[in-house]
Amino acid sequence: MKKQQGILRTQSYKKNIQLGILALPAILLIFVFSYVPMAGIFIAFKNINYEKGLFHSPWVGFDNFKFFFTSNDVWLVVRNTLSYNILFIAVGTLLSIVFAILLNEVLSRRMVKAYQTIFFFPYFFSWIIVAYMTYSFIGPYGVLTSLLERIGINFDFYTETWVWPILLTLVSIWKGLGYMSIIFYAGIMGISQEYFEAAAIDGATKLQMIRKITIPLLMPLITIMTLLSIGKIFYSDFGLFFFVPREIGQLYPVTQVIDTYVYRMLKASGDLGMSSAVGLFQSAMGFIVVLLSNFVVKKVNEENKLF
Amino acid sequence: MAFKKIGPQVWINLLFILFCLSCIFPLFAILSVSFSNETDIIQNGYRLFPAMFDFSAYAYILYKPLQILNAFKVSIFVSFFGTLVSLLITAGIAYPLAREDFKLKNKLSFYVFFTMLFNGGLVPTYMLINNYLHLSNTIWVLILPYLAVPWFILILRSFMQKIPHSIIESCMMDGASEFRIFFQIILPLAKPGLATVALFMLLQYWNDWWLSLLYIEKESLVPLQFMLYRMMNNISFLTNSSNMMPPGMKNVVLPSESARMAMAIVAAGPMLLVFPFFQKYFVRGLTVGAVKG
Repeated sequence: MKKQQGILRTQSYKKNIQLGILALPAILLIFVFSYVPMAGIFIAFKNINYEKGLFHSPWVGFDNFKFFFTSNDVWLVVRNTLSYNILFIAVGTLLSIVFAILLNEVLSRRMVKAYQTIFFFPYFFSWIIVAYMTYSFIGPYGVLTSLLERIGINFDFYTETWVWPILLTLVSIWKGLGYMSIIFYAGIMGISQEYFEAAAIDGATKLQMIRKITIPLLMPLITIMTLLSIGKIFYSDFGLFFFVPREIGQLYPVTQVIDTYVYRMLKASGDLGMSSAVGLFQSAMGFIVVLLSNFVVKKVNEENKLF
Repeated sequence: MAFKKIGPQVWINLLFILFCLSCIFPLFAILSVSFSNETDIIQNGYRLFPAMFDFSAYAYILYKPLQILNAFKVSIFVSFFGTLVSLLITAGIAYPLAREDFKLKNKLSFYVFFTMLFNGGLVPTYMLINNYLHLSNTIWVLILPYLAVPWFILILRSFMQKIPHSIIESCMMDGASEFRIFFQIILPLAKPGLATVALFMLLQYWNDWWLSLLYIEKESLVPLQFMLYRMMNNISFLTNSSNMMPPGMKNVVLPSESARMAMAIVAAGPMLLVFPFFQKYFVRGLTVGAVKG
């Protein structure tokens, strides 16, 4: 008996080691590409001098964060990031839930299949291709531009700042709507048909069913998806804000977001301390927002929490 | 009952057809521009149906296709090699994470998924890869950073959790090592999951411009997407002098507008042709990832 237990223990030891070895490559990669950079946040507290190198450059405390209070740029960029994300989350979630519910009402199975396939189209394009598409509409020879020209309006989209919040929202929704609706649609498909049958017997109308069955039962998924997007509220789709407005400086006031700002600062001025200060601000705020929103959800409904 | 439904059905379908059109329309627009005549474009703007079909844009970009071919080569290598290796590595960690009896399961889960919540930011990552690992301007910089993506690990783990534990147990009874179980039992059983994740990976590698934007300057390592980006403002990147023009096209207007769109078609084409067929895997992967998330 004792001997057998011993064998089992060595077996379990061997098992754990072997499973660990299987996971090792991923563990190492994640360590190098995610955890080592985390240790690198100390750059934000240094005045980086290329000749001295990262480790021998002088410490400057919170000096790199000072310009948060002296420059208007940072706040503009933070404001842009947050307002675009709030807009995208609100409009995107709402529309995709409506789409998912309506898709569930389509009777023809064949049509549903066709819609699903086509809905994914925008998801397959890289942001660069999307930028080409936008250009083919609003560029100097674009479809929309020439249409406007024909009715006597000369409009240069790439210099007018006021249209870009609308354009960027349109493009963002266009690219993500199909994808999001399919996720919610799958959620609706997971709801047991019995609920609807029972409601139909009781004489409930379609609208009542949607309000009393579909939406409440979809709520956990909606909460998770929203939480995930809120967790990324300090991050933007770099491609959308970088490629679609074609890097036109005139448009920066409405197209610059934290990600593009850090990238441009890194590439142009090469001020590593300052750009990593902004980056650290972004990571820290993002982290706090996830924890906070998860905490709130936990209070409201334990089951819907993320972790 | 059925009669009552006809009205709403028409409206719902109409809405979806309109949205579907809006999904396809932009692609159609760049396609028709790529077949348009340059002088016609300059005079009349883009049209949805070219006044006459003109293939000079394609003749122009494919006349000396060395750079395009090279970009294709880079993209194809990165996509397929990257997906293959990434699939193995991802499966390698997803499997232990799916095993309830793995001792380090919880700690390892935290280790992986914490990186989804917090990261070091662009600058430290850039410094590490550029100054310390010296990966800039190598083909590996386009592959390595995406080899172990937490999101894909999560999706694959959900798939593997569905494999009944009794199968694994009976293999262990027979004295098979964990490696053998993984390669001979788990991987074949997880095929649908692997296919789904592989598609996501392929798409990620093929559509990536981020890594090349940051780390690639060498012409011979420019992938398709990055090449498109560089052409956005400057078509001459493709052909730097007029003697690169096909013989019949000298002294003609440089087809820059249409050539640009032709390039976009050439770059987007392969994925567009392949992916609609795998759409159902995509839907499956999405729902697994989202519901289990």
